[in-house]
Amino acid sequence: MSNLTALTIAAARDGLKKKQFTALELTDAYLAAMEKARVLNAYIVETPEKARDMAKASDARLAAGQGGALEGIPLGIKDLFATEGVHTQACSHVLDGFKPQYESTVSANLWRDGAVMLGKLNMDEFAMGSSNETSYYGNVINPWKRTNSNAALVPGGSSGGSAAAVAAHICAAATATDTGGSIRQPAAFTGTVGIKPTYGRCSRWGIVAFASSLDQAGPIARDVRDAAIMLKSMASVDPKDATSVDLPVPDYEAAIGRPIKGLRVGIPKEYRVDGMPAEIDALWSKGAEWLKAQGAEIVEISLPHTKYALPAYYIVAPAEASSNLARYDGVRYGLRVPGDDIVDMYEKSRAAGFGREVQRRILIGTYVLSAGYYDAYYVRAQKVRTLIKNDFDKAWDKVDVVLTPATPSPAFAPGEITDPVQMYLNDIFTVTVNMAGLPGIAVPAGLSADGLPLGLQLIGKPFGEETLFQAAAAIEAAAGGYTAPQWW
Amino acid sequence: MSVDQKTVKRVARLARLKVKEEDVPRLAGELNAILGFIEQLNEVDVANVEPMTSVVTMKMKMRNDVVTDGHYPQKIVANAPAQDDEFFMVPKVVE
Repeated sequence: MSNLTALTIAAARDGLKKKQFTALELTDAYLAAMEKARVLNAYIVETPEKARDMAKASDARLAAGQGGALEGIPLGIKDLFATEGVHTQACSHVLDGFKPQYESTVSANLWRDGAVMLGKLNMDEFAMGSSNETSYYGNVINPWKRTNSNAALVPGGSSGGSAAAVAAHICAAATATDTGGSIRQPAAFTGTVGIKPTYGRCSRWGIVAFASSLDQAGPIARDVRDAAIMLKSMASVDPKDATSVDLPVPDYEAAIGRPIKGLRVGIPKEYRVDGMPAEIDALWSKGAEWLKAQGAEIVEISLPHTKYALPAYYIVAPAEASSNLARYDGVRYGLRVPGDDIVDMYEKSRAAGFGREVQRRILIGTYVLSAGYYDAYYVRAQKVRTLIKNDFDKAWDKVDVVLTPATPSPAFAPGEITDPVQMYLNDIFTVTVNMAGLPGIAVPAGLSADGLPLGLQLIGKPFGEETLFQAAAAIEAAAGGYTAPQWW
Repeated sequence: MSVDQKTVKRVARLARLKVKEEDVPRLAGELNAILGFIEQLNEVDVANVEPMTSVVTMKMKMRNDVVTDGHYPQKIVANAPAQDDEFFMVPKVVE
């Protein structure tokens, strides 16, 4: 069978079961596609030997009539997830040479279900960025280009490698993480589906920490069904993560295709921001019309503290990051730069190991937590966070899901945004969801005038992932899918 | 509130980041731009609002106080830039 890499997880799963091809053939097809797509710089490490060994083991299980939910399905893993014996550096120089002695819970869950690891995916350093331009391993190139243009575009970030690899069909799906929009924004920029589940749904154990009260793992996949299949395997209740919530993991795939008749969809007026491009506004209205046409009820709602989510995020996230990143000191792992004494060694190692954006956030975080400023910044931001969550709690009396644009623009060019605050504005529609700990899904909904993918976001109640898959599938059914034309 | 170059150096010291003298003005400018953006939070009335401590309403999990893991010092030091006999090696810290 030709073109195995064109298959979704659901289609590959069926083909493997019917013995139309083997897991090894499927893996080899991906390994060949990865080699051809190296110009995208999506993978920073390829693990072909490991992939083939895992695929052979899958074939043995399938031949014996066994096999898990992802048996023989080749996946890419974001470099933020600890993978035993395999490069794990959060795409930072400070973790130079680090090879974990253990496996993250999320990736271990995927291997338990039979998935195959193709390699580690590029990302913004420590997941800090919205364009994959802060990686120590260089920029990722978006598989999408503007119509009649050869100019490279960013894939979004921080999970830029994950999104680009899924869009380019060089993995069946990928793991990703989202602290302020790092799954949903790159998914929107690449015409893929990305879901950040409720805080506590996926274990954070073995994921390099950025901002612990906001970080969540989730998948990026080609369609809504594949995202549901992935999340079912990734999510678990984990005694190793105290914030992992004791709730059974539902069969998310079963929610796809359920009618949305009577579903109450909220449209928050505060998301109609100044200077929003007309095509984003039009896409948003179209999304509401699609849902309405399928029987949903559209309800205007208000989330009055929306505009304060981003500034509050830029206190909370750097504060937690400055604390989490204190561990990189050249003693236990990673880069060490010799110094005159131990403090000099710490300072030189950290200065050489962290990139510009990471240093900037460590400094901001250290400043807002420093003596005399803690109440004015950190405590105030956490109070604003309570208000943001209260806004949503009130909205849930009136609606079941909230519909918003995923990003304020389509993908842009590398180097186009140099002002840090301007870059932060990419997360304006996604960051509220992390601040309130809610689930959010980005689903492709159309193309810009320039031919670039645009996404819509659905926000759900805590642990309302099934409703998100149900509603996202309804948008997908109306909008159709989007595949990047191959130029590499 | 805005930061001056002296503050940048003090914060960098607290964060254990060696900052080059010539980079200090640039950093001060960038930090002030970010702090300026954050400043809008002062418009929000936060009187009688509890600061968030957990986004998910749940009881803190407790576990039994027993040893469930360990006894592999070689794994612990395996990634150290310098190690000797299952110890992390650092420059001399006592006279």
